[in-house]
Amino acid sequence: MQKIIHKHSLAIRWFHWINFPLLFVMIWSGLLIYWANGIYKIQIGETLIFKFFPKGFYEFLGLSGQLAKGMAWHFATMWLFTINGILYVLYTIISGERRLILPTKNSFKEAWQVVLFDLGMSKISPPQDKYNAAQKIVYTLVIVMGFGSILTGWAIFRPVQISWLTSILGGYKAARIEHFMLTLGFCLFFLVHIVQVIKAGWKNFQSMITGFEKVD
Amino acid sequence: MKEELTSNQAIRRKTIKAFLGFGVASFVPVGVWKWINSSPYVNNTLAPLRKVLEFNEKLTAKMLSNSHLAPIFSKSQAERKVRFNGAVGLQSPLEEDYKVKVESGEKKFEITINDLKALPKQEIVFEFKCIEGWSQIQHWGGVRFVDFMNHYQIGQKDAENLFEYVAMETPDGQYYVGVDTPSAVHPQTILAYEMNGKPLLKKHGSPLRLIIPVKYGYKSLKRVGVIKFSDERPKDYWASLGYDYFAGL
Repeated sequence: MQKIIHKHSLAIRWFHWINFPLLFVMIWSGLLIYWANGIYKIQIGETLIFKFFPKGFYEFLGLSGQLAKGMAWHFATMWLFTINGILYVLYTIISGERRLILPTKNSFKEAWQVVLFDLGMSKISPPQDKYNAAQKIVYTLVIVMGFGSILTGWAIFRPVQISWLTSILGGYKAARIEHFMLTLGFCLFFLVHIVQVIKAGWKNFQSMITGFEKVD
Repeated sequence: MKEELTSNQAIRRKTIKAFLGFGVASFVPVGVWKWINSSPYVNNTLAPLRKVLEFNEKLTAKMLSNSHLAPIFSKSQAERKVRFNGAVGLQSPLEEDYKVKVESGEKKFEITINDLKALPKQEIVFEFKCIEGWSQIQHWGGVRFVDFMNHYQIGQKDAENLFEYVAMETPDGQYYVGVDTPSAVHPQTILAYEMNGKPLLKKHGSPLRLIIPVKYGYKSLKRVGVIKFSDERPKDYWASLGYDYFAGL
């Protein structure tokens, strides 16, 4: 006989994998929109550090000159992205899964141990429930960011009809920057997530599809 | 997390089943993507996406009322160098005796700039928003569109209802917009003849242009030649090139 551990419920797996193509389409169509006024850059004094984005970036990915197409995809897919996000949060609350995800008092201290351990700078293995402290913080943060994207998105989508929201967020221009920065945040999350999944190995990845993991 | 004891054979079976299910399910987003991309175009936007844009319009148009105002700024915040972004409809020479053709049901007449200047003047300083993503605080002056309608007793279909749309065109007919009447009668919508306290420049639509803060800039038609009320959805330059027709903010 072999021991298995039921790790991810069917619902969690569905929400996760449905979100994947939706977030992809949101970021892709968002870039088509951003291209039309791609003015953001990092600059120190007069020195340009980085331009979002260099011309070659748009050309390489085929993102130039498709503003109308980007808007059509963005404002259609946003509904599915929002619905999936709301259902996920409701599920975690009702099922009690939130207890495994939400950070606790100790999480912030422990998360630091996780970082040191993962970077090979410490030998102390940090405590690990279903998720370790760093995972709890980041998985919660990324959901908060998702709702941040929805709010900043509506603030620039309907800045007259919902002008109170736009003004809370610092105005139209500020809300557009916030919306963009959150997107950069998702891209950063995605990169770290992929690296961690690869590091954690096949068995862990497989559990996101099968739901269970063999215990040796 | 729940633990369970099971046979290796059962694990294998469950694993294969899950991966097969995952593989089959992943055809769904691919299929949806292909279905949308192979749909016919309606005004240069894929039909299913156009349907959602129309749904968004229906949903959010109801949210607009005359009490939802675009935030107002002080004149000192207004940009001196107003951004110029489009010259469609401004190429042909302007006629000496410029008049605006107005049509509302049976009523058809022409008005001059001086006719409009005789009406109460309204100034507005607001953040003009281009569909491209840039915005700028600008200062415009002219006649409120609703004052213009009331003065000439136009826009009424019958005793209770207004026509659903206002169509506007440049004198040469090269640029044209359609605006839903609730947005046209919004108190911040003006027929502008001044910018920063001076007569309009040619590139900004002299002698008369629309300024409609509840819409993206492309609805703020420059050089108004025709104003026509109708129940039929008017043609719209950018909407026919794939953009959202409503373009509401």
